[in-house]
Amino acid sequence: MKVTYYPGCSLEGTAVDYAASIAGVASLLDVDLVELFDWNCCGASSAHSLNHQLALHLPARNLALAEKAGRDVVAPCALCFNRLKVAEKTLQGPQGEELGLSYRGGFKIWDLLDFLTQNAFLESLAAKVVLPLMNLKAVCYYGCLVARPPAVTDRADSENPQNMERLLEVLGATPLDWSFKTDCCGAGLALARPDIIDTLVQRLYERALAAGAECFVVSCQMCQANLDLCQERIARKFGQDYYLPVFYFTELMGLAVGHPQAPHWLAQHLVDPMPLLKMKGII
Amino acid sequence: MENPTNQLLRPQYVLPEQLVKANLAVTSCFQCRKCSGGCPLTFAMDLLPHHVIRLALLGQEERVFDSMTIWVCSGCQTCTSRCPNGIDIAGTMDWLKEEAVRRGRTLPDDMVATFHRIFLESLRDAGGRLSESGLLRRFTLFKMRRQPDFAGLKADLSLGWKLWKRGRVRWRGPSALRGKGEIAEIFRKVEF
Repeated sequence: MKVTYYPGCSLEGTAVDYAASIAGVASLLDVDLVELFDWNCCGASSAHSLNHQLALHLPARNLALAEKAGRDVVAPCALCFNRLKVAEKTLQGPQGEELGLSYRGGFKIWDLLDFLTQNAFLESLAAKVVLPLMNLKAVCYYGCLVARPPAVTDRADSENPQNMERLLEVLGATPLDWSFKTDCCGAGLALARPDIIDTLVQRLYERALAAGAECFVVSCQMCQANLDLCQERIARKFGQDYYLPVFYFTELMGLAVGHPQAPHWLAQHLVDPMPLLKMKGII
Repeated sequence: MENPTNQLLRPQYVLPEQLVKANLAVTSCFQCRKCSGGCPLTFAMDLLPHHVIRLALLGQEERVFDSMTIWVCSGCQTCTSRCPNGIDIAGTMDWLKEEAVRRGRTLPDDMVATFHRIFLESLRDAGGRLSESGLLRRFTLFKMRRQPDFAGLKADLSLGWKLWKRGRVRWRGPSALRGKGEIAEIFRKVEF
């Protein structure tokens, strides 16, 4: 199956581990990710905070390129996905003509997690699991922008998405119930207001621990960065001894099917997941 | 100075009219406070989200444009998703940010606005894709010029080193796009 793949800027930088694990699991599931030719940055939070026109024109260029390719688009980054959807809705609405941008559409924009947790993929994945992630107690953390706002994302389950939990069950892990799966990690405030990130993320650590979690599973590289890169700083600030590895869902897929590169992806995390995986007898 | 309550008794119509024109229907708000109830960032705000909407509705420009709240909002979209009257509250925060900068107002704390500006400049100068390392360098320089903090710089560098060792930072940014001319044209058109 061929789809257009829009990786976004982080996947060429701080989220190279995510990018590598996506390439790994896509080939296992016979998904051909054809990178969108000459794609550009969506402008992220910065564009929609300072210039709403820019925040539409940047993703609109990507939509025009995707329209030429004519296939469904898959985006692994929550922000890229959200900005593409906003542009899609705007261009299809009355504002489209005012902006002087023509767009017919006719293809679907997918968030990567949504795309890979379609029933057909879960079934084919179940047959490939050789190393079930037994007893791995995890909380699924979806973050904000894959689900919200539903008028943009077209999701009926924006308050309580469940597809990552379903995936973990297929992989043999134990997803735990918790109420903070779509709470905000602070995302783009990470550099300008790290104090805010500390408060939000420490809250998430505490609530994950209260649910009995040993790790987080995420589908957004901003969430991964804030939960993983800041863990040492936050532990020191709050006088705690946190150890909560933060996996991409694609990394767990790779681990469970015995992908030879999976340990390499995990070695790029700051919070080393190996001690946990060894304790669980997974590696 | 005039009593603030008296100011509220004389609504100004310019701001709410501008917002409604931008599809931000602040006039539909009946103050149910669901936005403030669900907002994860209220701990860092000076006005709660439903205050911002009410004050914007009353045309209290000074108070909304000078509030920290609009810059603390992370755009997580919880308020927008839950508003029973369909008001795009997070979108209203964005509109107020953009307008505050456009009017050249003195911001209560310009760290967030400066970050966004540097982000967009980095993306523009790199020819269409963001150079994360370029953004980090520029923003760190800005912070150091503003207020030298060597302990903070050491922590940033140490984190950068750890990421570098793991291949998660590239010194050289992405190369410019084939369509870099189109990107430059977009930036010209939107006057950034």
